[in-house]
Parts: sequence; C-alpha cells; structure tokens
Amino acid sequence: MRNPNEILAQALPAIRGCQDLPALEQVKTRFLGKQGELTELLKSLGGMSPEERKSAGARVNEAKQAVESALKVRREAIQEAEFQRRIKEETIDVTLPGRGRGHGGLHPVTRTLERIQALFRSMGFEVAYGPEIETDFYNFTALNIPEDHPARAMHDTFYLESGELLRTHTSPVQVHFMESNKPPFRIIAPGRVFRCDSDVTHTPMFHQVEGLWVDEEVSFADLKGVLADFMRNFFEQDDLKVRFRPSFFPFTEPSAEMDIGCVICGGDGCRVCSHTGWLEVLGCGMVHPNVFNHVNIDPEQYLGFAFGLGVERLAMLRYGVDDLRLFFENDLRFLAQFK
Amino acid sequence: MQFPESWLRTLVNPQISTADLAHRLTMAGLEVESIQPAAPPFSGVVVAEVLSVEPHPDADRLRVCKVNVGESEPLQIVCGASNVEAGLKVPCARVGAKLPQIEIKQAKVRGVESSGMLCGASEIGLEDKIDGLLVLPAEAPVGTDIRSFLVLDDQVITLKLTPNRADCLSMQGLAREVSAITGTKAYLPTQAPVMRDVYDTLKVEVKSQDACPRYLGRVIKGINPKAKTPPWMVMRLERCGIRPVSAPVDITNYILLELGQPMHAFDLAKLKDGLLVRLAKNGEKITLLNEQTVDLADDMLVLADGNGPVAIAGIMGGAATAVGDETTDVFLEAAYFTPEAIAGRARRLGLSTDSSHRFERGVDFANTVIAMERATKLILEICGGQPGAVIEETKRLPKREPVRLRPARVSRVLGVDMPESTMKDYLQRLGLVVKESGDAWQVSPPTYRFDLEIEEDLIEELARLHGYDQIEARAPRAAAMMLPQEEERHEISLLRDYLIGRDYQEVITYSFVDPEWETALSGGMEPLPLQNPIASQMGVMRTTLWGGMLDALKHNLNRQQMRVRLFELGRAYLRGEEGLSQPMCLAGVCYGPAFAEQWGVADRAVDFFDVKGDLEQMPGLSLSFLHVVHPALHPGQSAQLMLGDRAVGWIGMLDHKLSQKFDLPAPPILFELNLDSLGSRGMPKHKTIGRFPSMRRDLAFLVDHDIAVGELISTMREAAPEIVRELELFDFYHGQGVPAGKKSLAFRIVMQDTERTLTEPEVEAATTKIVDAVTSRHGAELRS
Repeated sequence: MRNPNEILAQALPAIRGCQDLPALEQVKTRFLGKQGELTELLKSLGGMSPEERKSAGARVNEAKQAVESALKVRREAIQEAEFQRRIKEETIDVTLPGRGRGHGGLHPVTRTLERIQALFRSMGFEVAYGPEIETDFYNFTALNIPEDHPARAMHDTFYLESGELLRTHTSPVQVHFMESNKPPFRIIAPGRVFRCDSDVTHTPMFHQVEGLWVDEEVSFADLKGVLADFMRNFFEQDDLKVRFRPSFFPFTEPSAEMDIGCVICGGDGCRVCSHTGWLEVLGCGMVHPNVFNHVNIDPEQYLGFAFGLGVERLAMLRYGVDDLRLFFENDLRFLAQFK
Repeated sequence: MQFPESWLRTLVNPQISTADLAHRLTMAGLEVESIQPAAPPFSGVVVAEVLSVEPHPDADRLRVCKVNVGESEPLQIVCGASNVEAGLKVPCARVGAKLPQIEIKQAKVRGVESSGMLCGASEIGLEDKIDGLLVLPAEAPVGTDIRSFLVLDDQVITLKLTPNRADCLSMQGLAREVSAITGTKAYLPTQAPVMRDVYDTLKVEVKSQDACPRYLGRVIKGINPKAKTPPWMVMRLERCGIRPVSAPVDITNYILLELGQPMHAFDLAKLKDGLLVRLAKNGEKITLLNEQTVDLADDMLVLADGNGPVAIAGIMGGAATAVGDETTDVFLEAAYFTPEAIAGRARRLGLSTDSSHRFERGVDFANTVIAMERATKLILEICGGQPGAVIEETKRLPKREPVRLRPARVSRVLGVDMPESTMKDYLQRLGLVVKESGDAWQVSPPTYRFDLEIEEDLIEELARLHGYDQIEARAPRAAAMMLPQEEERHEISLLRDYLIGRDYQEVITYSFVDPEWETALSGGMEPLPLQNPIASQMGVMRTTLWGGMLDALKHNLNRQQMRVRLFELGRAYLRGEEGLSQPMCLAGVCYGPAFAEQWGVADRAVDFFDVKGDLEQMPGLSLSFLHVVHPALHPGQSAQLMLGDRAVGWIGMLDHKLSQKFDLPAPPILFELNLDSLGSRGMPKHKTIGRFPSMRRDLAFLVDHDIAVGELISTMREAAPEIVRELELFDFYHGQGVPAGKKSLAFRIVMQDTERTLTEPEVEAATTKIVDAVTSRHGAELRS
C-alpha cells in the first residue's frame, strides 16, 4: 500500500495552488474521485487482514479528512476572493446624480388654496363651486347690490358682449348654494374672480375663497373665532394678532374688515403694512337678511356669517412674494420655488 | 374724504392725540388712510414786513432789503426774488432758522451782510403758486411765527369712507361721529335766517317732485365780482383737496365741505325765464362747467331755463350760466335730490363730482335751509350784495321710519351680552330717538342717516360703538358630522398630483385670451367676446386652455428654459346649442427634450407617445385614442381622447403652420381633457386570481405600414377566447429586414384559466383563432 502521507504531501500543495473552483474540482477528483488516489487506497483495504485494515484504514481516513478539510478551506477562500472581486468591480460613485424624470410642482396659488381648503375642511366646511361667467342677478342683485348702487362702482366689472358678466367675487356661490340646500351648512367656495383693473397691485384675474356658515345660533363672536383660528393656523403663529373693524358690504350686516398683525415685520411697521403694523386680509360679516330673503331662508330662524379672502394676498404674505404679477407670468424659475 | 384736523377740532375737540383720534376713527369704521402734516418740520420763520428795497451794489439781480421782524431794529437781508417790494408782508427765516432744506446763517452775499432769508412757499415746504416770495395778507401780524399764522402745525387726514356713510362726507357729520365715538360734545355750525334786502326772485317750478322733494333758491344782487376768498377759507378748501376758483364758487364748495350740502351758484343774468326741475329729453345736450359737452338721457334730472338744460341736477352745472369774473347777481341753489335720481348717471357720463358723490349716497334733506342761510351770510361777508327772500319748493320729504330693535336679538346676532342701558346710551349718542316698549324698541334715525333701515343696521351701530374688539371671539358650536367622501368621483387633486409626479409644472393663465389666436386654436368654436377687455389681446374668453399654455411656453422659451412641461386646471367658456357651458379642463404642453439633460439617458425630443403614455397612466382613467384631426393639430399626429364612446379631449402635435405663426422653434405636444365629461371613476371589483399556471405565446406579424395597431388589437381582442388574459404589443419595427411598406409587430398573449391547468391543444386553438382573424381581416403575415 502507498503511504497515505505521501499522497497527502502531494494533495495539500495542489489544493493550495488552485486559483478557481474548476481547478479545485479537478484536484478533488484526482484525490477523492471514484478513481482518486485516496479512493483507490481505500479500495485496497479490502484485501488486508482485519488487524492491518484497522490501522491502515485509520491512516487513510485521516489523510482523506485532511484533504477534505483543505478543500473546504480553499473553496471558501476562492469564493471570498470572488465576492471581493465582484464588489470591487461593481463599486459605483453613489454621488453621481440619479437618472430619470424630474418632477413638477403646484402653482403657489393652488398650493395656498389647498392649504386654505384643508384648514376649513378640518372644521367641517364643504367645498362648493359656481360658474365664473355669471348673471347680474347672482353677482349683484341677489347679494343686495341693486342697480346703480355705489357699491357697484367698487367692482370694476367685465361684461360679455352677450350681457353676462365675469364674476367680480366668489360671493355668488353663496346664492347658488343656498338656493339648493337647506341650513344648517358651512361651505367654502374657492375660485377665480375678475376685475377690470391692471396695475402694479392689481391683476384682472385673481382668486378668492368665499366662506359661509348658516345655522340657528351663529353669531358675530363665532365669526371672529373661526377667522382668528384660521389666520393663526394658516400662518402657524399662535400669537398672531387680529383685529376686526366696521366696514360695509351690501350683503352683510354688520360688516367687518379683518386685519392681522403684519407677518413681515411682526407689527413694527414696514413697507408691506404701510408702516401701520396691520395688514388687511379679508372682508366678512353677518349675512344680510335681504340675501336670506332672496333664497327663502327665514332670517328670523337662521343666522349666518360670510367672508371672502384674497388668495394671492395670503400667498404673497406666506411666501414673501413681493409682486402680484409674478403669479400670472408663469415663469418656471419663479414657479419652481414652490415645489 | 380729506380734511385738516384743525378744522375738525374747532367743532369737536376730544382730548386725545392725532394718532389716537385716527385709531378711534379706524376702529369705528371710518378707516384712516393717511395722515399728512400740512407742512414739513421747520423753525425760526416769522411774519416780516419789507420796509425798503435798495439795489445791491455788486449784483444786478439782488436787492438789499430792510425788514421789520417785530424787533426794535430792522434786519438787513439780501434778496433775489423778483417780486420783493417795500410794504409787502412775507415770511422771513431768521438767522438760526432750520428750513426743510437748509439752515440759515449770518452771511455776506456778494460783500453785503445778510441777516436771514425772505422765503418763497417752497422754501418752507409749501406749494409755490407764484414765482418769488410768498406774499402774506397785509393784516398779518409782524413777528408772529409763520407756523402759527398759517396753521402749519396741522394734519391732513384722509378717510376711506364706505358708501353707506355719506353722513361723514362733511365736517359737521365727522364732528357728530367723533362726538359719538369719543363722548365729547360737538359744536355744530348754526345760522340764523338772513333777512331779505331786495324783492328780486326767480320763478322755480319742480316738475319731478319724486326726484327733487326740496328745492331752495335765493337771489343775491350786486355782489363784488372781484372779491377775494379769505385766506382761512382758501386754507381749509386746499387742505380738503379743493382748488379755490372764485369767491362765490369757493363759498358753495365750503358749504359742501362744512355741512355736506352740495350747492350751485348761477349767474342770474344768464338765466332766461326762471328754472324748471325736470327730466331731460333724449337728444338734449349740455356743455358743462368743465367744458365737456354731454348727451343727456331721459332718466337724468336737469335744471332747465327758457333755453333748455342749464345744469345736470346734483352732478354739475352748465358753462353757459356759470358764475364768472363779471357776475354781479347770483342765484344760489340748495336742493335735495334723491339718491335714486342721481345714482349711476354721473358714472355713465364719465363724471364724478363732489356733488354727485354725495347725492348718490344721500344728503340730509333737513340741512338745506341752514346751508342756504350760511352760504348767504358768507357771500354777504365776502362779496357784499343784497339778498332776496328764500324761494322754497318742498313736497313729500322722505320720512325716517322708526326701526324695530329687539335687545334680545342684538345679543343673539353679536354673541355678546350688552346691557339694555348701554344699548340705549349708544343709540342716543348717535342721535337716534329710542322709544322703549317691552321686548321691541322703536328707534328713529336722524335725517342725516340714510343707512339705518332695518334692525341689523342698528345692531351694527351698537357693535361699532361698543367696539368690534370688545366682542369676544369664540369657537362656534355645531353638530359634529362627517363630510361625505364620494369614492367614485374623480378627484382633481389626484390628477394634479399625478401630473406633478410625471414632471409637469402647474401654471395659471388668464381666462381671457387673444381673439386671433383663440379662433385658430378653438377648433371651430366661436369664442365669447368681452365688451370691455383690459387689452385687445385679452379680448375673448378662452374655449381651450391651449392659448394660455402656448403663451406660458413662449414666455419661458424666451427666458432660456429649453425644456418646458406645463399643465393647467381651469375652465373653458363655450356657448353651444344647449347654451353657455364652463367646463373644468385639464390641459398640458410638452416641449423640448424628453428628459432633462443627464448622464446615461440618450437625448431626444419629447414626442406624441411620451405624452400619450402620461395620459394612459392617469389614475382612474382608461382612455383610448382615435385618429381624428383637430384643426389646430398636426393632421398626422392628432387624436381624440375617448372614454368608452365619449369624446373627452384631444392630444397631438401643434400644427406646423400655427407653430410657425406663433414663433415657436418646433411644435410642442398638447393635450386637453374635459373633466366635467369624465363621469364616475367606478368602484374596484375584486376578481379571483388564477392559481393555475399561465401560458405565454408571442406572435409576430408583418402588416402593411398604414394599418393602425389599434385596429389590429381590436380584431385580436374580438377573436380571443375567454382564457386570454393579456394581449399587448411589445415590439414594433420597420426598416432593414422588413420589406418596404411593411412593419413588424410583436404581441404577447397570456392565457390562463382560474379553474384548471390549460392543455396544449386549448392554447394552440386560441392562438390559431387569433392568427386567423388577423391574417384574414388585415392581410397580415405571421412571422415564424
């Protein structure tokens, strides 16, 4: 019988010399395959006496285990080297920009409208819409603004050649809604409005949000509560100062103008607030009984408050936009700032 | 309304600062728009008398003056003004005076000592009316500080009055209001009747008594046409923003400001045969004081004499009968015209006058008599003359009906507990007469309040005097109810967010657009024109959002933005057979590279299929595309968007000619969806997922180039048995290897049964059916 240690002395360097798995398989076959050198040795044990076989068998098996163990170590080493190679090869510059499309963004007016709607929805206001081409009746008469009323001069109205007009405020939505719904309800009506005016601080089209709350017991104190709550949440300033001043709108009585402490200068006085520390942000009031009468709601049973706010104004204050006209130039360099 | 604080304080003088007064006014609903000092700060200027004027030895245009400033010794002052002469009273800035621009020092002017400076108006911050020194009245007391003599420590307050507060369009009204809100007593102007000196009169007839319930007139004869308006009146007029004209006119303007009663003075000599108050006749014309000639309409009230209209009542007088330099006999008018008779007329004529502004909003009809008497008194004082008796035509004056006020409702509407005694006090401070009777009071407004007609009007007055700030804000109570959420509705915000994720930027463009462009883009719809557009290129209402999109595209291309992807959500405005419709639309435009320039992605222009892919993936919509040509789109790249059998919009490349006309370097891809026609989104309905293996067969066909893939797919879908789960195009090829005029199309067909594993013959049979249909109907050839 060949000396197993001699075979082992050949096998171990051969295993260590293998650089890849196929080579390692070849070495394995050479020593442990069906006709492998150690396998042959084992086969030859059959012809020995039990005494001899016991001691020779032990030596052959020892050698076999040593080969197997060496193969395992080498296989793992080759695999590890292979992983390392792939990792090295596959390593990228993770700071290279990602591929594919970019993404767009909402127009800042829409973004502001969404914010306003989200806040009012959270208080249970439904969103209502109405037409932008309106009749004189809905835009004026039903809102207690009869023909030749001086208040009409405050609305520079666009007229169509066919006689209809472009709504000058979102208030007509109040009338449409009340014609087809029974109180109690609370709604807001966002949308475009139009006035025949164009200069540094006016665009012929802009956006308003109208609000209306009608119920049996809803008071001027509630109006103040809701609007103060809204402004503080909109600007995320719990200590935002608000004030209400008497004003005049034909469709509300009492009417009020709401001011907030200047969010630009904090009330110290700046160009934006004309150094008054206050910013006029919306008009509001208790629904005029004549408006209720037009839509057959009993003003003795129901009370309501309404308000109308300018969206561009709030957007300008919130995002520090200093020129109203930017909203309608649609310059991507401006719009991209609101992504 | 603009007025000097000094004037107001002669009528009511609360012991509060200007700033405090302004705040109180603002918080009472009389918004103070601005407070301007009558003059900028300066000091050391006094009234001086020029004693003598000598030529300057070394300068032709300078004089050496001796000036009395109220001290024992006169001052020597060198002066360059052309109007300087001995005997004049002028402002003198003494050595040490701080003027708005300079400080005065002892100086030598061309070798002559000069101890001060004689001032023109602009040198003390006032407006120059003449070249040279400001000439003061002869009676100006020498040595008096000019600030006190000209009342320059005064503020001009400008109010932004709401249309309901016409009663505050006069000093008297403001004094009443300030008295009510501060609790300070007001001293209002009074005037005893002026006795007549002459028997002269004018025949006045009021034909339109509803429009003119009261007409007062008076002849004043023999006034001095050269009389000068006194400086105190000029100062008040100017600080109220009214330019002095001539004494009689200034006096009527002064009464308008003081009492709120518009008046008019006619030249009596130019009136023929008395005055008639009547409606104008269509076709009548009048040339007004401002020299404008206007056509009158038959709802305009006029004053007419024997020759026709001489004034538009309550708006403006005529030029022909105006008081001029030669006028010695005047006819004064103080009338009450109702708001209904005046409102809107001035605006229609393109006019706005102090008079029409007041009459439209309401003038106190009880004030007419005192206005006439005060005007007469002032004319006599300033211009002299002999007054005749007051002529009065009064019929059916408006009544101030008492208004019911329920104290309980006040608390209900305002949400505040206000004691009844407080309410009563507020109402009385405002001059209202309160008759208490149980739960409902009767409250009578004064004649000067036109805006108190219903209970709510009184509630507002109470809230105003109480102070809106004194009503405590509270969180309203309401039944807690959820808002309905309609799951099957297309949520606009979802579509918007989807497009943003697909790299589109939202824009907002004007609803009115260029008529020429709109006609080209509208696809045959006639856009609705505006009567009064802000500019001609914004003359019609858009019928599609594309015009605005293209404008926005161009704006950005002109600003070096080479890749532009925009969308807008907004209404289009159409008039069809069913009348006016204003559908909410979603439109987009894509231009430039398909992807922003970047590494690892080939650069190519965006095309129809990029945008089509964006539309195909829209959440909740499964659109199909029909090759229909829109007039504004490329005939070969234009498709109608279909939802089932409903046409809901368009997609395509802008027509080459239009693109060129619009100066675009290349035509963009456009789309538009009418959101109002989308209908319901539908509810998801679960179907069992097949547990058995699916089988895939790929089929490639050669077909004629002009056969539409859509049609091929329809044929295949029709022929496919139920086991076919998926049928999609996965390859399209033409060019080398494919015969000319043909294209190669490869489809993936996936088959599956939910109940069992499919057998080979079943799959073969299904495949054969599909192949047969395509080959027989479209002449396609199966590629192996």
